[in-house]
Amino acid sequence: MPSEREIRRRIRSVRNIQQVTKAMQTVAASRMRRAQQAVLASRPYEERLRGILNDLAPHADPEAHALLARREVKRAAIILISTDRGLVGGLNTNVVRTALRFAETLPGASYVAVGRKAIGQLRRFRQPVSAEFSGFSERPTPRDTSIVARVAAEEFIAKKVDEVYLVYTRFINTLRQVPTVRRILPLVPEDEDIDTLPPLQYIFEPDAETVLEAVLPRLVELTVYQAALDNAASEQSARMVSMRNATDNAADLLEDYTLAANKARQGRITKEMLEIASGAEALGKG
Amino acid sequence: MPLHLEVITPERSVYEDDVDMVIAPGSEGYLGILPHHAPLFTTLGPGEFRVKKGGVEEVLAVFGGFMDVRANRVVVLTDAAEHIEDIDASRAQEARDRAQQLLAAGPVSAADEARARAALQRALVRLRIAEGRRRRR
Repeated sequence: MPSEREIRRRIRSVRNIQQVTKAMQTVAASRMRRAQQAVLASRPYEERLRGILNDLAPHADPEAHALLARREVKRAAIILISTDRGLVGGLNTNVVRTALRFAETLPGASYVAVGRKAIGQLRRFRQPVSAEFSGFSERPTPRDTSIVARVAAEEFIAKKVDEVYLVYTRFINTLRQVPTVRRILPLVPEDEDIDTLPPLQYIFEPDAETVLEAVLPRLVELTVYQAALDNAASEQSARMVSMRNATDNAADLLEDYTLAANKARQGRITKEMLEIASGAEALGKG
Repeated sequence: MPLHLEVITPERSVYEDDVDMVIAPGSEGYLGILPHHAPLFTTLGPGEFRVKKGGVEEVLAVFGGFMDVRANRVVVLTDAAEHIEDIDASRAQEARDRAQQLLAAGPVSAADEARARAALQRALVRLRIAEGRRRRR
């Protein structure tokens, strides 16, 4: 049993920690709202652009563009998206583990690491990394992520890799974020849509090839942007939840310690009383 | 039968409404879209995007992107679009000067150069539109 003073010291330190986690929870909660709005606001754009790919695909020869080229897979690139900062529960651990496990199913894999945690973890596991990016995990802009997409697309076009995958944490809701693997290159139109829709008699300006040339890289960039936004919303949600848990745990701990402190105080008083009583008794006898 | 227009950027939806006509800055030149237009897909250059509705004309600045026209729906996907009233000519001028200085000094990397060029082009579009707005008044 620790001494009463020791318990009081612990109560003070737990209370300080609780104040910190409480503050972090509040900050994460407000950032979470913004990040969640951003990810939801960007979804229509991506859906539209993907719909356009499906519409264009029947008009285009798969050989026509380097980003559509399907090859036998000898080597794949994995864009691994993580957060820059920690205190997000198991979010980064899960996404890194998902990526490593997925990589085992591929004949060969190299990584493009996004976010400080991915960079650190991949180094720790001694994985081949072709490029590293960080510093925008909480607030990604299309400008930040298009560079990531371009690096991966260049590797693909140069035939250094035959496929490109994106591994990131998909934001479902505040309590649920799911590590997700998604293939982004080669771009493959969704077949079912093509079968059911008759090909539209489109007018292309300037012409179908130029349009495809413009749409395809944008689609890749956008998919990465979208994943970065998902990661950002997941990050704030996970941080908010883990800080709330920490605050709650601190409250439980405070309760236990307060009880222990009161017991120790009670015990000390009882002991003092006993000492006085027995002292008085001894005097009376003498 | 009105046209349904949506202007979407990766960050948000800028405009969504039923309109009478749009005039878009296609990469091959300006083109007007009226109801019952044939399916059309075009890349957009930077420029003024005009929207006519009930005799009133609204002007947006768009900076590249795509326009998809089909079945009386016009979907514009663009990197950035802003209402012309939001354009600040003096800020655009500053941005232009900054980008020009950077390009003249010789940028550090290819990425920097691309960024400066893009900034310069955005600034020039904004200035051109702001100029046109003054003249019309």
